[in-house]
Amino acid sequence: MAATVSPDSLAARPARARRPLGKRLRTIGFHTGASALSLLWFLPIALILVISFRSTDDVLGNGLNALPHSFAPDNYSAAWSGGGMQQALINSAIVSVPAVALTLLLASMAAFALSRYKIPLRRTLILVMLGGNLLPPQILLVPVAKLSQVFGLYDSLPTLIAVEVGFGLGFYVFVLQGFMRTIPAEIQQAALLDGAGAFQIYWRIVLPLTRPALAALGALSFTWVFNDLLWPITVLITQSKMPVTPALLSLQGQYVSYWNVIAAGSVIAAIPTVAVFLRFQRHFIAGLNLGAVK
Amino acid sequence: MTAALRAAVRPRRPHRRGPSRPSPLIIGFVLIPLLVEAVSVFWPAIQGFYISLTHWNGVNPPTFAGLANYRQMAGDPVFRKALEDTALWLVLFGGLSAAGGLGAALFLQRERRGIAIYRAALFLPVVFSLTATALMWQTLYQPNGVLNGVLSAVGLGGWQHAWLANPSTALYAQIVPALWREIGYVMVLYLAGLKGIDPALYEAAKVDGASAWQQFRNVTLPQLRSVNAVVVSVIIIDSLRSFDVVWSLTQGGPYNSSQLLSTYMYQTAFVNTDFGYGCALAVAIFVLAFGVIVSYLVRAFKESD
Repeated sequence: MAATVSPDSLAARPARARRPLGKRLRTIGFHTGASALSLLWFLPIALILVISFRSTDDVLGNGLNALPHSFAPDNYSAAWSGGGMQQALINSAIVSVPAVALTLLLASMAAFALSRYKIPLRRTLILVMLGGNLLPPQILLVPVAKLSQVFGLYDSLPTLIAVEVGFGLGFYVFVLQGFMRTIPAEIQQAALLDGAGAFQIYWRIVLPLTRPALAALGALSFTWVFNDLLWPITVLITQSKMPVTPALLSLQGQYVSYWNVIAAGSVIAAIPTVAVFLRFQRHFIAGLNLGAVK
Repeated sequence: MTAALRAAVRPRRPHRRGPSRPSPLIIGFVLIPLLVEAVSVFWPAIQGFYISLTHWNGVNPPTFAGLANYRQMAGDPVFRKALEDTALWLVLFGGLSAAGGLGAALFLQRERRGIAIYRAALFLPVVFSLTATALMWQTLYQPNGVLNGVLSAVGLGGWQHAWLANPSTALYAQIVPALWREIGYVMVLYLAGLKGIDPALYEAAKVDGASAWQQFRNVTLPQLRSVNAVVVSVIIIDSLRSFDVVWSLTQGGPYNSSQLLSTYMYQTAFVNTDFGYGCALAVAIFVLAFGVIVSYLVRAFKESD
């Protein structure tokens, strides 16, 4: 009795091979359930894709929940140029790519020093840096906005880059130093004997060996920076400088009730991160777990 | 030559455990990132605590007010509402995403044909921004939208709502998209955790005649303890940060019915330009998050040993 109700997940045992019919039924049951769940999860995306291709007349005339009676790809051009998604994507690229590169560079420097050398207060430094990343961002919003105004740095993309780098840094240092500590000390000593300096050890030996972690963190942090809403609306004010996420909100305000255009805008906003995910799927999943399974 | 080098290196060895003594370059490697974080995080954070003790409209210089903002908070019904909503969000969003994520991971844990597609379907929303997610669901939630259409089609027309405009449903309607996005994330964490469990434990449990439920209770759950701890901190930190959905859809309304601490803080500071009170609300969020931050750091501390 106990054996027959045990979940499929545990069925990969040799003893099960004795009951092929039951096994096959369970397999069919599993795939039915899993397909239903996947379809349910994908349904909102499918519905939005459909709405994003319906014409405004169709949506207003037949209602949002009617079957499509039109095919209007020009919603995408409306969102792209009229809704400002084109400029927003450029802004997002200007912010995300340098922010990710700089964060990884700075974090790998600190992680290298903290993991491969005997630094006084090593653990305290790591924890202080990680602690800064765990702070709720709300405590920083007003001071960052006001300080950047005082120093004439308000409303500029480099300021946004700096804030994204600074706020993310602690987490990346923590993850990378954990990873770098697994690199055997012998490799470093061998390089030392060959006359390599600290910088060469960092650049030529440790960084290449850290590539899996860097790729994982890079894929992950790209989506974090790209998807962020709070920091852009805190340090930027000019609409034409806004990255994709806040630009999507102003598109929503500009095209009130044009759900087809808003849907097209949401799809445009989602495409870059989906592309990164599909391209770097394995790194991406690894990245989520790097930060978590400790 | 090598022998000479070795001789030069060896005498220092007893003083260190593997890693070598820091050079100026190495000290720079630590100090530069530390300085960046100090300027962009630690210094503003200290300022934030100070501003919470002032009255400041952003135009005139701040005036020191002691604990006046905190006294105001104690008597502020909107703060109380935001606190309740944040707690509700934490319990519903947190509980359901942990349970849903664990359930999905258990369901999809075995490597088999097609499993990658199922996992990808559940995971896909994780890469969307919360704002894009929110706008997608906003369309579905419209009075003439798909959700109401489905309800009337299945004969539940009486359940139709203007989901986001109705104060009694606005908060719950916004938890759903956040959950839709979080469950895939939690699933990935649990999948990694389940993968790490030694199959021999299940074999032993089965030899002892343990039922599926007993195996889950006595093998799976205890083995997932460290993942559970991570999931709990991720969820609590994410809930306290879940500003984007509500700011994109209702900005806390209608009538503060979906007001979270994070949205109330942002509104107070940047819409009403009451920076002092806004920072006091931020400090309240910090206090709530403090326990989680400390436990996360304690765990990190143990591991970096």
